[in-house]
Amino acid sequence: MSERSERTDQLSAKDPSPLWEVFVRARRGLSHTHVGSLHAPDAELALRNARDLYTRRQEGVSIWVVPASAITASSPDEKDAFFDPAADKVYRHPTFYEVPDGVAHL
Amino acid sequence: MYGNDFAAPEDGPGGGLLGEVEAAEAALREAAARARRGGPAPDEDLDGYFTDVIDADQKIEPRDWMPEAYRKTLIRQIAQHAHSEIIGMQPEGNWISRAPSLKRKAILLAKVQDEAGHGLYLYAAAETLGVSRDELVQLLLDGRQKYSSIFNYPTLTWADVGAIGWLVDGAAIVNQVPLCRCSYGPYARAMIRVCKEESFHQRQGYEILHTLAHGTPAQKAMAQDAVDRWWYPSLAMFGPPDGDSTHSAQSMAWKIKRFSNDDLRQRFVDMCVGQAEVLGLALPDPELRWNDERQAYDYTQPDYDELMRVIKGDGPCNRERMAHRRRAHAEGAWVREAAAAYAAKQKNKEKVAA
Repeated sequence: MSERSERTDQLSAKDPSPLWEVFVRARRGLSHTHVGSLHAPDAELALRNARDLYTRRQEGVSIWVVPASAITASSPDEKDAFFDPAADKVYRHPTFYEVPDGVAHL
Repeated sequence: MYGNDFAAPEDGPGGGLLGEVEAAEAALREAAARARRGGPAPDEDLDGYFTDVIDADQKIEPRDWMPEAYRKTLIRQIAQHAHSEIIGMQPEGNWISRAPSLKRKAILLAKVQDEAGHGLYLYAAAETLGVSRDELVQLLLDGRQKYSSIFNYPTLTWADVGAIGWLVDGAAIVNQVPLCRCSYGPYARAMIRVCKEESFHQRQGYEILHTLAHGTPAQKAMAQDAVDRWWYPSLAMFGPPDGDSTHSAQSMAWKIKRFSNDDLRQRFVDMCVGQAEVLGLALPDPELRWNDERQAYDYTQPDYDELMRVIKGDGPCNRERMAHRRRAHAEGAWVREAAAAYAAKQKNKEKVAA
């Protein structure tokens, strides 16, 4: 249902029926969202099973399936270095910029 | 999970058990929003960090550090939950070909399909803890992991399908709604999906009983007989009384469980009394009466010796359920091999073409 731990990644390589991650787009215009995972021998069966498993109640209009082994995840240990917005780059935010009084639609 | 195109359930947030599921889902998003930034500091001990996350009601995710005992407990609980969904298809599957109308048959098929899906969501959640589904299935087949005691009871009449929906799925929901707030993220998210579908099961079961109870005298008698037989096994689903529950204290400290077995059992009884009245059916307990002091119903405890016997493999249908599951697994081996061989062949073809 979520990101794999590394231990599962190793196991799934030997698994006769590989693991697939499933992404569903709920409606036109929305993005695909991860909804879970399943085992299937190949992509086509993964797609059919995902249809039956995750879209039985009008949950979506488009499905992606991806072999779990094809996904590389960031590690929680490097979360800080990886994701901290650089505090010295405040100019990346629109709020950094001063708008003179009286300017509309900006 | 209801899609975005789907109307909200009519008793939406705030109303009944479905409302509690919605609230748990909202809490999940809130917890994520106030999540502590970053992982443990380099010099921080992992145990302390883990405890902090639990205390702050935030979620443990698959790649976070966790105590080995927490991982083991979760694997056991989630796997046995998954096995229960899979074995649970058998008692109801027994009535698919004999459902009394095409409508009831289609509903029952959809319900059994849901149970298979619940099994898969749960196996997937268990796999995030570093076991493979094949290993877990093997543990079930070898009898080294258990499934819910309730599925070792037989479905003798069509009304049993109604009683299972109302009482068994009802008990499951009371048990599972608090699990939507469980400290392990993948399990909590799986439970939110499961509970929403489980509500459909409970309501369709209730409708079956309601129809029967307002039908001919023979139909009403059949409904009453089913309730008589399923009431105590359903109460036993909540597990042994608090004093005898081996895993409870630790599971509550880790916020895997949020309420004790007896608390949930009481909640279930209190819920069922009014529902039984509307059905016009009696709950088979002469001691059942309102206790004004406790603001709850007094009731007769289920037979826990029977529960222990059933868990140990000596219930009415244990052997049959496991034999059926083992046979399906063994006789399906060549199909799994064929699918794997076909997938390998297709992969080779792609390689040659590329």
